[in-house]
Amino acid sequence: MQAAPLLTAENLCRSFGQHKAVDDLSFTLERGEVLGFLGPNGAGKTTTMNMLSGHLAPNSGKVTINDFDLQNQPARAKSHLGYLPEIPPLYRELTVSEMLMFSARLHAIPRQARKQAVDTAMQRCGLAGVSRQLVGTLSKGFQQRVGIAQAIIHTPAVVILDEPTAGLDPVQIREIRQLIRTLAAEQSVIISTHILPEVESLCDRVQIINHGRLVFSGDLDSMYQQLKVSSLIMECITPPALTAIQAIPGVTGVEKISPGRYRIIFTPGQSPAPTLAVTAANQGWQLLELHPESPTLENLFMQVIHHEDAA
Amino acid sequence: MWQLARLDFYRFFITPLAWTVLGVSQLLLAYLFLTHINYFTELQAQTTGIPGAPGVTETVIAPLLQNAGLIFLLLVPLLTMRSFAGERQQQTLVLLTTSPLSATQLVMGKWLALAGFFTLALALSALMPLSLLLGAEIDLYQLASGYLGLWLLVMSFTAIGIFVSVVTPQSMVAAIVTFTVLLLLWILDIAGESLVSGSGLFHWLSMMTHFQPMLAGDVYRADIAYFIIITAAFLLMSIRQLDQQRVSP
Repeated sequence: MQAAPLLTAENLCRSFGQHKAVDDLSFTLERGEVLGFLGPNGAGKTTTMNMLSGHLAPNSGKVTINDFDLQNQPARAKSHLGYLPEIPPLYRELTVSEMLMFSARLHAIPRQARKQAVDTAMQRCGLAGVSRQLVGTLSKGFQQRVGIAQAIIHTPAVVILDEPTAGLDPVQIREIRQLIRTLAAEQSVIISTHILPEVESLCDRVQIINHGRLVFSGDLDSMYQQLKVSSLIMECITPPALTAIQAIPGVTGVEKISPGRYRIIFTPGQSPAPTLAVTAANQGWQLLELHPESPTLENLFMQVIHHEDAA
Repeated sequence: MWQLARLDFYRFFITPLAWTVLGVSQLLLAYLFLTHINYFTELQAQTTGIPGAPGVTETVIAPLLQNAGLIFLLLVPLLTMRSFAGERQQQTLVLLTTSPLSATQLVMGKWLALAGFFTLALALSALMPLSLLLGAEIDLYQLASGYLGLWLLVMSFTAIGIFVSVVTPQSMVAAIVTFTVLLLLWILDIAGESLVSGSGLFHWLSMMTHFQPMLAGDVYRADIAYFIIITAAFLLMSIRQLDQQRVSP
């Protein structure tokens, strides 16, 4: 028998005035899964996260967590849920352990288990050394950890993290990602982000959202399938005429990025790179650089959206 | 709910704001208390021997409590502004709304913390009139009735302050609006008195109308009901409003 999904969102809609932030969004989260929510800024990620966490009510549609309807049984549903908004909701004037103690109380953890819960959360998030420091004096990275600790203190089945690495330096980003990976061992996690490598390094499944609609949903492999490389970057010292590049078989378009630097778009699967290299050598273009353009979120979107339109 | 009240109460005391509020209210009251005492001692020389002349309770305590009402009118908005508008500004409101607590529990928790704090402040201020017991006879019933009135007054102040805090986005705005509303309710009495006819409603709405008799030692059920209705109505509206905000912020 297949277990019911841990979290189900059905036909979520949410508008702010005339603007439709989220439009008919449906998806599920399975137990033990890390789901990545990918989308450019303003795509409706935060609105979705806010609706999943119960901070905002959807205009229509419903969210079910562990079989509890978030609208009708909010207290029950929310007890299975931990949420870290984009800006960690922390009282700056409290110490780390006071802050976590309060979260534990807020989630009605029984008195005798509270201390243990706080200790466990601090240990899981690497906060043991700063437990007596004021939250406001911590670095952004540590504040983010406190935010995560606050979200997992009642060991919820689902942890929702909204842009958990936004505004952190590279070292902190690595540490936070490491932390999220350890969370995933015990809990289901939903992460929203606009950073592609983050999804690559953390998630089992990806959903891409654009203009409030789901445009892609699948595992990482199928995302890469969508992501076939179809452009090259070329830089030369003596640049040729655009027409000379266009004449090469397989090339469907050329774009000038800067003097001497071109983006060459080709039919997927028919890379003109070998021909280009030979031509460049023969005609003395003095080739500096020739490599496939690495997939960015931007062209991933372009492709996914293009794919949508074609379908 | 109690947990939230407890945390809020605790948070009052780790920030300087609460201590300042306590200190300022005590300072102002102490000054007023002393001037009233001074006035009374001067007056005493002339009134000795006259039967039925105002005693120390009428000349010192009643005006003191009336002024205390005015001082709390100034101070209450400074603390109630933090309850929701402040949390919203600090981005911490989301912590509460996504917790398993309902809107009712949130509002009541916040109100309990504030009610507790101001009860403490009132209790501290009561030490001043009580110190008169050392050298004078005071009417303890009138004192109790005055304090009951003051307490009910401050409780309705906090309920109004919480409601304004729920509906405003910023704490400064909440403080200013609360202050205005409270002051209006306070001085509505003037309009009630200056208009010769048809001003019964204004007169009845004014907080002074219901506070004054208690200072004089007259406790009417209607006055108590007035304050309880105001407190309950504003708390209920806060709950409704907070719930509504999830649908349309």
